Parts: sequence; structure tokens; C-alpha cells
Amino acid sequence: MSTNNLSYNEQGGGAEPAVELGQESTPTASGSTAAAGLFSTDFKKNEDLKEMLESNKESLKLEAMKRIVGLIAKGKNASELFPAVVKNVASKNIELKKLVYVYLVRYAEEQQDLALLSISTFQRALKDPNQLIRASALRVLSSIRVPIIVPIMMLAIKEAATDLSPYVRKTAAHAIQKLYSLDPEQKEHLIEVIDKLLKDKSTLVAGSVVMAFEEVCPDRIDLIHKNYRKLCNLLVDVEEWGQVVIITMLTRYARTQFLSPWREDALFDENSEKAFYDSDVEKEKADSKPYMMDPDHRLLLRNTKPLLQSRNTAVVMAVAQLYWHLAPKQEVSIVTKSLVRLLRSHREVQYIVLQNIATMSIQRKGMFEPFLKSFYVRSTDATHIKTLKLEILTNLATEANISTILREFQTYVKSQDKQFAATTIQAIGRCATNISEITDTCLNGLVLLLSNRDETVVAECVVVIKKLLQTQPSQHSDIIKHMAKLLDNITVPMARASILWLIGEYCERVPKIAPDVLRKVAKSFTSEEDIVKLQTLNLAAKLYLTNSKQTKLLTQYILNLGKYDQNYDIRDRTRFLRQLIVPNEKSGALSKYAKRILLASKPAPVLESAFKDRDRFQLGTLSHTLNAKASGYLELSDWPTVAPDQSVRNVEVKEWAPSLGKPKATKSDDKFYSDSGEEEEQEEEASESGSSGSSSSSSEEESSSGSGGRTSCRLCCLLSPVFVPPKSHELLHRMSGKGLAVSYHFPRQPCAYSHRMVSVQLTLTNGRDQPLEDICVGEAGPPGIAIHRFATIERLQPEASITVSMGIDFNDSTQAANFQLCTKTDQFSVSIQPAVGELLMPVTMTEQDFLKEQGQLTGMNESSVTITIAPDSMSSQPVGRKVVSVANMGVVPSSQNSIHRFAAKTVSSGSLVLSSVVLQEASTAKLVVNTEKTVLGSVLLRELKTALSQG
Amino acid sequence: MIHSLFLVNSSGDIFLEKHWKSVVSRSVCDYFFEAQERASEPENVPPVIPTPHHYLISVLRHRIYFVAVIQSEVPPLFVIEFLHRVVDTFQDYFGVCTEAAIKDNVVVVYELLEEMLDNGFPLATESNILKELIKPPTILRTVVNTITGSTNVGEQLPTGQLSVVPWRRTGVKYTNNEAYFDVVEEIDAIIDKSGSTITAEIQGVIDACVKLSGMPDLTLSFMNPRLLDDVSFHPCVRFKRWEAERILSFIPPDGNFRLLSYHVSSQNLVAIPVYVKHNITFREGSSQGRFELTLGPKQTMGKAVESVLVSSQLPRGVLNVNLNPSQGTYTFDPVTKLLSWDVGKINPQKLPSLKGSMSLQAGASKPDENPTINIQFKIQQMAISGLKVNRLDMYGEKYKPFKGIKYMTKAGKVPEGRRDEAALP
Repeated sequence: MSTNNLSYNEQGGGAEPAVELGQESTPTASGSTAAAGLFSTDFKKNEDLKEMLESNKESLKLEAMKRIVGLIAKGKNASELFPAVVKNVASKNIELKKLVYVYLVRYAEEQQDLALLSISTFQRALKDPNQLIRASALRVLSSIRVPIIVPIMMLAIKEAATDLSPYVRKTAAHAIQKLYSLDPEQKEHLIEVIDKLLKDKSTLVAGSVVMAFEEVCPDRIDLIHKNYRKLCNLLVDVEEWGQVVIITMLTRYARTQFLSPWREDALFDENSEKAFYDSDVEKEKADSKPYMMDPDHRLLLRNTKPLLQSRNTAVVMAVAQLYWHLAPKQEVSIVTKSLVRLLRSHREVQYIVLQNIATMSIQRKGMFEPFLKSFYVRSTDATHIKTLKLEILTNLATEANISTILREFQTYVKSQDKQFAATTIQAIGRCATNISEITDTCLNGLVLLLSNRDETVVAECVVVIKKLLQTQPSQHSDIIKHMAKLLDNITVPMARASILWLIGEYCERVPKIAPDVLRKVAKSFTSEEDIVKLQTLNLAAKLYLTNSKQTKLLTQYILNLGKYDQNYDIRDRTRFLRQLIVPNEKSGALSKYAKRILLASKPAPVLESAFKDRDRFQLGTLSHTLNAKASGYLELSDWPTVAPDQSVRNVEVKEWAPSLGKPKATKSDDKFYSDSGEEEEQEEEASESGSSGSSSSSSEEESSSGSGGRTSCRLCCLLSPVFVPPKSHELLHRMSGKGLAVSYHFPRQPCAYSHRMVSVQLTLTNGRDQPLEDICVGEAGPPGIAIHRFATIERLQPEASITVSMGIDFNDSTQAANFQLCTKTDQFSVSIQPAVGELLMPVTMTEQDFLKEQGQLTGMNESSVTITIAPDSMSSQPVGRKVVSVANMGVVPSSQNSIHRFAAKTVSSGSLVLSSVVLQEASTAKLVVNTEKTVLGSVLLRELKTALSQG
Repeated sequence: MIHSLFLVNSSGDIFLEKHWKSVVSRSVCDYFFEAQERASEPENVPPVIPTPHHYLISVLRHRIYFVAVIQSEVPPLFVIEFLHRVVDTFQDYFGVCTEAAIKDNVVVVYELLEEMLDNGFPLATESNILKELIKPPTILRTVVNTITGSTNVGEQLPTGQLSVVPWRRTGVKYTNNEAYFDVVEEIDAIIDKSGSTITAEIQGVIDACVKLSGMPDLTLSFMNPRLLDDVSFHPCVRFKRWEAERILSFIPPDGNFRLLSYHVSSQNLVAIPVYVKHNITFREGSSQGRFELTLGPKQTMGKAVESVLVSSQLPRGVLNVNLNPSQGTYTFDPVTKLLSWDVGKINPQKLPSLKGSMSLQAGASKPDENPTINIQFKIQQMAISGLKVNRLDMYGEKYKPFKGIKYMTKAGKVPEGRRDEAALP
């Protein structure tokens, strides 16, 4: 079969490919056999592929795989090479391996038995230390659509869902959907995994797992409750595609969980649409129960708003629909500007956005009215864009702006694109019916257009005028006369039919002309289109009833022609009319009422937008675009009438803790202690610009105040430092200090003066033979560093020494603090250069918290190095001791012997500093430092490295 | 989400297909071809086409249709945006996005598509992450790879994928550290035949080319940020900072990227830098028509108007034209009736003009609409809205970068003129 297929595909183009798969499989071999001959030459060319794949040379194999991928890309069948290809699945060459993966995923379904050969390779790769390899193994394993491996996939997914790498967990979320489509019976197990992954706090995972949720169990809204606030808060930092999915899901969620914010408005909507714009909403509020928006509802609205500024059009649209479906009416209009901005994007984007605007503009003119000019049609627009813009302009027309719009329409009518001109005329007709003030103006304008040279334009005018005259109980006999004249020239059937209908309907207003028109059409009856014939019959019947004297013969003639017409509709109509109007002995009771039947006043057609009922679909969806329910469309439920339990979203305290980047508690303490508030402000800002996650963390803070249920807790507590023998440094030598010798060390104790300061102890010794008097700290600098001076030492006896302590706020930098030591007679400039390890305060936390925090401090916040460790320090104690001797860090309990973890906070700003040492074989170790303070992190890394590599 | 992707060239051949889930038969594209046949212009093919079992969502770029096959409900913009991202990526990798380029690099294309979507859901679309996974093909690398057998495929997970700044890779190093910003503004205007403006709007972008080592943290402030009415940012820009202080603060991606696009509030009157005087007449019954066009600069703050290109769609009745340009060259296509005049630079002392006669189809009646005139132009060193960058600062790194800012104004991408006669972009 394969050879046949190949040849068949050679024909290219739109031919149906013979490669059919599992569920869609229908044998197409019959069609392909004929073309088998064509293929043989091509096959020769690819014959060497097998040899190349079986050769020993990597480069040849790679070359072969590249050619095979080329074949796949062209849609040709390369499945006969499966055994040769699958052998290379364990190749060391990563490109070769990837190409084999591509092949495998493409053909595994067809060659299930052979595909199984590769499974063990993936199972091995799932344990690889490299996260990329683990992830891609899971990707391929789950993409192989072979039902037999379902249990293996399930196991792999469960394992990957608890992987340390968020990237692997993301892949697991994708694999869930794949497994579900392969075997829906796994649903229950998969939901468990989804539930677990929904709790994940990584932004990388969030989008993918929500996608899986939507696919597998969109009705399990209960899984979302506990994660709702987290999802809202993470949203800004999730990658853009994930944002779209999460926003769409949360829209549905919110519609089931919150009360409608539109209640007051709803009353108005029924009366008149425009009532909303009047400000007397207030009055109404007085009698109804005041509506309080759920803080969680508000949280969602607030956290999605910044995404309107996204560069991704899908995200903007998702937020717009969220506001449309969830926001109080007066807030929806903030999305307008962003939607209008999308109109400057690609053509396809414009198309979708315009469709949604069209739906919105029916209900809410006010939203888009200020942007009327953005919807002006440009000559370069594609036809479907032009039509949509016309639609929107028509929807937006009000008494105030109609003259502008009509002037604009006049230009369109003259467009060289006649189809577009015709659509414009329809739009004018709609404006005219909607706004009664301008009906006459429009009618006159349209009548002028009747003399247009282009027939499509004229025909469209006739049709529209017909509708307008019908709406307007009229005295427009002039127009009817004018149109009767047109009949001689117009050939477009729809227009002719319209004129005939008009004359028939209003024949009493044009009693002289009508019979003459009938005479003319009677002549041409046989050559008319069906629709014209039907209207001719109608006209004849109506005239017969009103003016039988003049038209009796003509009507008879036409009815006779109709009786023998080829079209049965016309024959039927003829028979019906004859029975109805021509009295004979058989005619029943009905003919008495013939006049009342035929000349009943008919309701005017309602000219309404094609987008009128589109709002039954959620905006921005495929179903909305198609105006039909697409498969897999999830209905947006109506607001609940009774508020569901709000507490379901409350999360136990442990569950959610804000990131430690800027613990709130410390900050408020800071305010309390620090001397000037201004300094504090600057500090905060500096740390914010340093951390790229600033937007998220600040939004987090903001939201925590809004979502009452959440309590923040700090997941780490300060530790008393591990004791290390103090290392003393010289500050001032006896010789240069004229007898005064000063040394300092860091006692590693919290500073008593301000907890932003590092405490330093100075030991002053008088090496002179006279007492020193009035020793104090003089001028200090540089500006960023604050020093708490020690109290002046009034007298220091010869050979005596005294220890004083001072506090220095190094501002988390290793910049030296310079100050002057003054005695009564002299001044000495000294400087204290802190070791980076002394700028820290040890903290402790659980291992899980450590890993979580470390997970958040990756990328530029992480620095790592591989070092060689002296063999004697391979056990845990020496490592801990060495680290602690260099840096004032706390030991975090570790479940593995080979991993040592340490945590601390910087003294000044309280940023978390995490460090881990992973001992590997051959006395090497991987040293990792994670902190927002990148500079500090890298210096610390260096120092730890030196300390650990020393024997 | 996205099931399969077909690339279709202008002659209607599928030259590449890729499936992310089970294979969808090519025959699904027949529905697309049907729609293509119905459409009068390539642009008129509807972007969303329903078929009995699938939905086709397509974009047209560089005369290639990218047709995505969807099986169930998905926001159409999601797919459209993604397809455009695919095109951008190809362009980034191969310099151009043509059928030939795609066919030549089919393996890289496949590797890219494989990384960009997993099971139809976007996985990595950020160009610098992709570039770490799959290195763009260069001649040198191709040669080296053939000799050494090394590959274009990275072995490690790009650090960006996990970090909070996925758009930037770590360990960037340059000997010359430079950051260039181009402020490019476009005017879209419609002007009626008497010369008064019907609509005019300015939209601008700031494109950046940043080649800085390490992890620089930049801030860019404007003299007059109030001008910016509506903005959309690259994800690197910190929104809170903009909200609070109207300062762009960001860790830039490496290389070229669009930092910001903005719209200048329409309340501000837009000064259109060029004017047109025209006199195009057809006389009833005569087979001759007169054509006169003069261009002139106005409100350009002394900057020269360059690369001026005038085009006009003349009525169908015009058989040929006999014109005399005072500068530049003109062409007239008798089939499409498109007249285009490449003017070049406008010299305010000697205004460019195009005069002459048109010959009309004998016996044809006078065309009832007057042609629209579209103008494209460029003005260097000026942003028409008056937007000015105040300063650019760098934090987080020690070196001193070289900084440059360039301004430019040009006519809108869809140069729109219209309205009976004169029209300016």
C-alpha cells in the first residue's frame, strides 16, 4: 500500500493524500494503484535512504533523516523506512534524535508494533538529569498514539507532574490532553493529575494545565475554587498563550460564581437601550438592594486590565470579552481603545475584531461612537473588512452623527467596487429605517441614485426603496411613478420584481400607470426570470381586483401563460390566483375575501443587523465568528440568581504565601524604624527595578488587600546565627594611628540600632603611653551608607583596650563604609570593607519552601558554578561549617545527603539569598546561589567557591 | 488546539504540511481552494472557513497562505496571532519568508514548528529561546556542521524558558555595547477633494536594536509622555512603572524587537506635512481628459520630504495617459489602470508636478467618480507628533553603552487617500 500511496501523492495539489489514519481510515488504495507506475523513478532516488540510515556514520544518518523529513513535509509517505529509522532513536546526536522523534510521532500510529521498540529508550530518558531531555522524552512518548502504552504514559505523566523542573511539569500538562484523546477512560486518573498541577505555583505550568482542564474536565469547576486567586495573581506573568486560555476559563468560572453586576441596568435594558447613558441609575439603586461586588470578582477584573496593553492580539481580545461578559456596564468601555488599536494589526486580526465590535456595537453604541472615524472604509480594505465596517457604522448611527455617516456613505456609493457600493445602499436603507428623521432624506438620495449608470447600484436602490416605502405609510406616488419608468431599462430580476411588487401594492395610488406596466410585462412575460414572473402574477391579480375593467383581459392572458410555465411554482401560483380571484361556480368562500387577502396591509420588513443575535455566543470564540456552535464550544452560563458560597475560594493559610522577595511584615517594620520615609521609598524602588518580577509582586500586594480571605504568612523565620570564631580585621594600625590600634569583627548578631544595619564590633587599643581622649566617629560616607556611631569614648588609658559596637547599613553592597576616627588631637580615615557573607542574616525554612523560592529565583537571579571540593569535606559537616564560616547563613534541612541547602536574608533589604551545594561524584560539587540581588549573589558565589575548594 | 498546518502558495499548491496530532488528510484544503476561487482578490479569502469536520483558519503573508486546521472551539485570534508569529519567526531565521526559503530550509522549519507547538498548544514562541534551541542557519555554520558533524540543535533547556525574563538569554556578551531606538511614526489620513481632512491619525512604534552585555536594566523616559494615548508593550516593559510614572522600564531582549507601539490621541490636530493640488477633468463626449497634479510640503519643520510616491487608480474608461513629470518618473498600467509616479524628494523651491492628458475610450461616457490619490513619503529626523525621548539610563551593568535615537515619519502602511480627488496618506 505504501508504494501506491507515494505515487498518488506525487500528483500533489489538492489531491487527497492516501495516508489515512486511525479513525479516519478509508481505503483509498483503489485510487492509487493506477498511478503506481509514476512513482517508481522517485522511489529509486530514495532507495539509498535505508542504506544511509544503517551506515555507521552519523553524518550520513543525519543526511538521510533530513531528506526523510523533507518527504514528510511534502506529505509523501515514508513509512516503509520505519524499522531503519526507529533504530536511531537512542542516537547520541541530538539533532538526529529529534528528527527521529518527528518521524516517530508521524508514523507510530501506523506501525504500532515497531513503535513499541522505542518505548524503553524514552522510559530511560525520563530519568535523565537534563530537564530538556526528560521533557522531550515525555513529549514524544505521549505523542505516540499507540493504545497499548497507555499505562506507561499514565505512569510517566504522574511522575512528571511532580518533577522539580517546571518545564517538565508543563510538558506533563500537555501530555494529559494527549492521553485523554487517546484513551478517554483515563479521565478520572487524569483529573487527579490536573488537580495536582492546578496547585502548581509556576507561571510556566499555569497556562498548560488550564488548557488540559478545559479539554478534559471543563465542568469540574470545583477544582478551580482553591486556585482561583492564585491564577488571578499569576496571570500577568504567565506566558501570553496561557493568558488567553486562563482568561477564557475564568470568564466561564466567574459567570457561575458571582452575582450579576448588571442588575440595576437590566431593568433599563428592557425599556430602552439608551437609558444606560442617562445618569438616573442612581434613583433606581435606592429601591433595590445595594449590590456589592464580590472581592474576587473585582480581583479578576483588576488583574486582567493591564493585559489590555499586551502586544498579543489574542490576549487583548480575551480581556475585552472578559470585561464584556463580567464587568459592570459602566466599566466595559475601557476596552474600546484597545480593540480599536487592534484594527491596525493584520487583516485577519481586523476581521475577527470587527466582528466582535459589530456584536458589541448593537448593544452599546456609546462604546464605539467616539471612534466612528476608525471604522471609515479604506479603498485598500478587503471586501469582508469593508462589509464589517459598514455594518458597524450602521450600528453606530444616531440622530447626532447620521449626517456624517451619510456623507461618508455617499463616497462609498461612488466606489469602483460595485458590490461594495450595493452593500452601502443596503446600509443606507437600514439607517433610514432606524432613524425616522432621515428617512425622507435617504429616500431622496436613493432616488437620485436610480439614475446611476451602474445597474447593480440601481437594482440595489430599487430593492431598498421598496423596503423603505413599505415602512413609511406613504404619499410617495412620485417615487413609484419614477420607478415604473425605470422598469424599461432595468434588467436585474430582483429589482424588476421589487418594482412590480411596489406598483401592485400601491396600485390605487398610481391608477393610471399600473395597468400600463402590466401591459408591458405581459409582453415580456415568457422571457422573464421566475421571481419576476411571480410578481407579475401578483400584480395582475391585484389589479384585477381593483381595476378589473382595464385589466381583465391582460390578467387572463398572463394567467394563461403562467398555467403552462415550466416552473411548477409559477404554475401553482397561477392556479391558486385564478381560483381566488376569478369568480366561478366552484370557487368557495375564499374568493369573497380575495381582496382582503391580497391587499392586506403588510407589516414592514425589519431591517436589522446580521449580528443581532450573535451575542448568544461568548465573544471572541470561533462559534461567534461562524455564528454557529462549533464543536467543543462551552456555553457561558447565566449569572446565578443566588450568590454561591464565597468561602470556597478561601485558601488555608499555609497554602498561599506571597513570595519572599519583599516580605510585607519587614517592610512595615522598616517604616517604623527608619529615620526618614523618603529613603525608604527609594530603597523600595531600587529593589523593584532590580527584580524583574516587580509588576507581579506589587500587584500581588495590592490584591491581597482586596481579597479579604487571604492571610499572608512568612514562611521563614529568623535564626540565631551559627557560632563561628570571630575573625578579626585590622582597621587602623598602631603605627599609622599614632598609637591607636583598632580592629573590628562582625559578631553576627542582629544590630540593636536598626535591623537594617550590620553590627560591627570595634576593639580600640591605646598603644601610647598617654591616655587618648574623646575618641569618636567623625564624618562618614559614601552617601548610600548609614552609620550608627558609637558613643564618644572620653578617655582610654595607655595599654588599655575597649570594645564598642556600631551599626552600619551597607545597603546590601560590598562597598566599603568610610569614616573618620577622631581623637582629641588627630583624625584618621578608615574604612570597613564588609565580606559579603556578613551582609546576611540566617533564616530557616522547610525544604519545600526552599525549593519553591528557589524556583522563583531562577534565570538572571541564579548563578552557579561547578567546583572541586577537597575530599575531606565531602561529608555534610565540613561543607556546612565552611559555608557558615564564610557567610552568615542558616542551614535548611535536606532530605538528601548529597545536597546541602542554606538560606539567609540580606540585612538591609531583607531579600532572600539561597544557596545550595550539590555534591557529585569525583569530589566535584555544584554550587548554586539564588537571589534577587544579583551582584551580591555572584560575589557570594565566588567566596563560597574559594572556601569550599580549599582543603 | 491547532491540529495541522498547510502552507499553500499563490498557485494553489500545498508545499508543506505539518501535523501535531493525528494526520488530517490534505483533502481538507479543498474547502480552502473553493473559497480561494470564489474570492476576487487573494486578500478576500475569508480567514475562517468552516468545513464539515474541521475549521480552517488562514493568514496570507508574503503571498503564502498559512492554513491551520482546527477541530474544536478555540479563539480564532489565538490561531491567527500564532500563525503570524510563525511567519515572523521564519522571517527572522531565513531573512525572507518565501516558498523557496521555506523549501530550502525544510528541516529547520520542521524543527521550529516542532518546538513552537506541542499537541497544538504554543510551547516556545519567543525568538531568543528558539534560537538557543535551534540555531539559525548561516553559511558558515552549515560548512562547519558538515565538517565537524555538530548540529544546529541545542542540548540544554534555554535558561530563558524557565526564568522570569523568557525573552532574554543569559550570558550575552558584546565588545561594543550599543542600544539604538527608532521612533517611527505613520500618518493615516483621508482628505477630501477640497483639501480638508476627514480623518487623520498618527500611530507610532519604537523599534529597538539593543546589543548590550549581561543583564542590563534600561529605563527610557519621554519629554511628553502625555501624547501617547494608547500603548501596547513588549512583555519586557514593566506595566506598573508605566502606569505610575510614565517611564518605560525594562530588561531588553537581545537584538531587534518592537518595544512599544502607540497611538497619538486623536484630539490633537494632525498637521499633514504634504499637500496636493490637482485638476483632473473629463469632458462629456470628448475622448480627452486633463490631468494636473502638484505636490508641495507644509509643516515639515524644515525637514525634507523624501521618497515620495504617488499612485492613483484611474477610472476604467481611461485608455492611456500622456503625462509630463517635472521630476521623477511615472508609469501607467493600461490593464489595471494604475498610475504611479515616483517623485523622490520634494524641493520646496521647485514643486514637483505631473501634467498632461488622458485618452479615454471613444464613446464611453464620462466616468462618474474621480480617482483617489495615494501618497507615500518619508521624513527623516522628525516625529510628526512631536514625541521626544528624554533620556535613556542603564542600571545593573557597569559599562557605558553607546546610545542612539532616530526619528522618522512616514505615510501609513495602508496609504490611504481617497475621496473624490486628492487624498493624502
